[in-house]
Amino acid sequence: MKLIVTRVLSVIPVLFGLCVLSYTLLAMIPGDPITAMLGMDATPEAIAALRAKFALDEPLPLRFISWFGHLLIGDLGRSIQSGRPVLSMVMTAMVPTMQLGLAALLISLVIAIPAGVISAARRNSVADYSVSLISLAGLSLPSFWLAILLVLFLSIRLQIFPSSGYVPIGEDPVGALRHITLPAITLGVAMAASTMRMTRAAMLDVLNADYIRTARAKGLPFRRVVWKHALRNALIPVTTLVGLQLGQLMGGVVVTETVFAWPGIGKLTVDAIFARDYPVVQGAILASAVLFVFINLATDLLYATLDPRLRKRA
Amino acid sequence: MTTAPASHSLIRRLVEDSRSAFGMALVSILVLAAVFGPVLSSYAPDAADFMATLAPPSADHFLGTDDLGRDVLSRILSGARVSLLVGVISVGGAVLVGLPIGLVAGYLGGRTDAVLMRCMDVLLAFPGILLALGITAALGASLTNTIIAIAVINTPTIARVTRAQTMLVSSLDYVKANRALGFSNLTIMTRSVLPNALSPVLVQASLLLASSIITESYLSFLGLGVQPPTPTWGSMLRDAISFIDQATWLAWFPGAAIFLTVLGFNIFGDGLRDRLDPRD
Repeated sequence: MKLIVTRVLSVIPVLFGLCVLSYTLLAMIPGDPITAMLGMDATPEAIAALRAKFALDEPLPLRFISWFGHLLIGDLGRSIQSGRPVLSMVMTAMVPTMQLGLAALLISLVIAIPAGVISAARRNSVADYSVSLISLAGLSLPSFWLAILLVLFLSIRLQIFPSSGYVPIGEDPVGALRHITLPAITLGVAMAASTMRMTRAAMLDVLNADYIRTARAKGLPFRRVVWKHALRNALIPVTTLVGLQLGQLMGGVVVTETVFAWPGIGKLTVDAIFARDYPVVQGAILASAVLFVFINLATDLLYATLDPRLRKRA
Repeated sequence: MTTAPASHSLIRRLVEDSRSAFGMALVSILVLAAVFGPVLSSYAPDAADFMATLAPPSADHFLGTDDLGRDVLSRILSGARVSLLVGVISVGGAVLVGLPIGLVAGYLGGRTDAVLMRCMDVLLAFPGILLALGITAALGASLTNTIIAIAVINTPTIARVTRAQTMLVSSLDYVKANRALGFSNLTIMTRSVLPNALSPVLVQASLLLASSIITESYLSFLGLGVQPPTPTWGSMLRDAISFIDQATWLAWFPGAAIFLTVLGFNIFGDGLRDRLDPRD
């Protein structure tokens, strides 16, 4: 329990640091951010109005305190482009991103767990070498290149899947599935590569354990020992990696969403950067980082729950 | 400290391992392409030829041309220079900043450690590419700012690895003996701890080269990295999307260049880890 409380409390300074850094990033814009937002042709009246709106005449620490106060009540400001509340834009964009993340996770697990188990169970076989090679290749594959190749073959040549766009699952489940497939494969392959490696390493550790030798000595079939006895314990470290990857997925999401015109948080961030819509950039980056922190926290807590040794220590 | 014969022996051991040798070969090709690029191709990377736009690979243009008739091979060779430059300088910068932070935090411990590492935790709490995007959005898209952004996202990783190794080394008897002999903290850190904490940092730095090259290509692909007319592999792939149904070579070759380079650094980094970091 103490371990859990300590871990949860450790998130507070990190979250505060994230707020400071997100705010400072925008303050780092060279010159006047208002000119950067409105361009060089802006009238003095428009500049003055926006300057007053964002309280830019005040010193930076005061502006931060005011911004932080608004943040605590869920006010991330308004978009310069659309005038919509940033929080609502971020929340709307989070839904497609989470759908994409979960679909990618599913694809990666379906590929990685069986491949990692087979690789470890048949160590030094052709299957093992193939899995190692494929996982190394998957780790080195730039996701946007894979995305372009998938579009080329499965969308343009074979016309099986649409090359871009998003359909809400509630409106058209089949259409939603067709649209999510290519971006989910793009993200899932990179995740599968690391998970494959981790599953293999964890399985090799477990397969050398005494209780596995005992199970084998009792005459249990090898297949049952591998899939039932060993996999259960090997999955504990794999769970941690999968959780961490789900957090890191936020990075891959930026490029994948841009290629497939997927209206998630990554595309929102990139579009806002090009539109110089800095409150949206700030809000989107902060929201992604906060989500990342909470996914990592949830992973740590899940690990503490799954691993009996940690549970006992706690 | 790694001596000359020791480093020769390390290189020999890496070459003898076929996997590491393959990684080293791929990395060597990148370095050669970056250094001798202008000699290897007879076309300037930004020389347009409107009589030969979107020409497929041929004897004149080994890897074809793009929509402006620019030679793809020359642009890939020029992109190799950008990738290597960004990778090496950004990782070098991260080591320059992260290593002292990790060393001081790990050696002194206590409040210094807590403050420095919480700062690093904040940087680590951002997904790397998003932090890089934020930095380039704030500073502007350019080669220098791309290097700064990637160095910033690499720094906490180097600091963490250095800190962990420093804590391990600091608890050893010979360091305690140095303290008892009255050497200053700075002397102990630089002469006794640092040389023995370097191996894992070196391994991490080699693996970070791969991720830095990928991050640079992501930023360029999004239009937020190195700006035209400098060719980069990422920006070449972005341009390729518009012509994907008529000129597939525009997508194949820059993508393959990124893939093989990153694969090379990953294999090399794995090999280095096997040789230098027995814990893994």
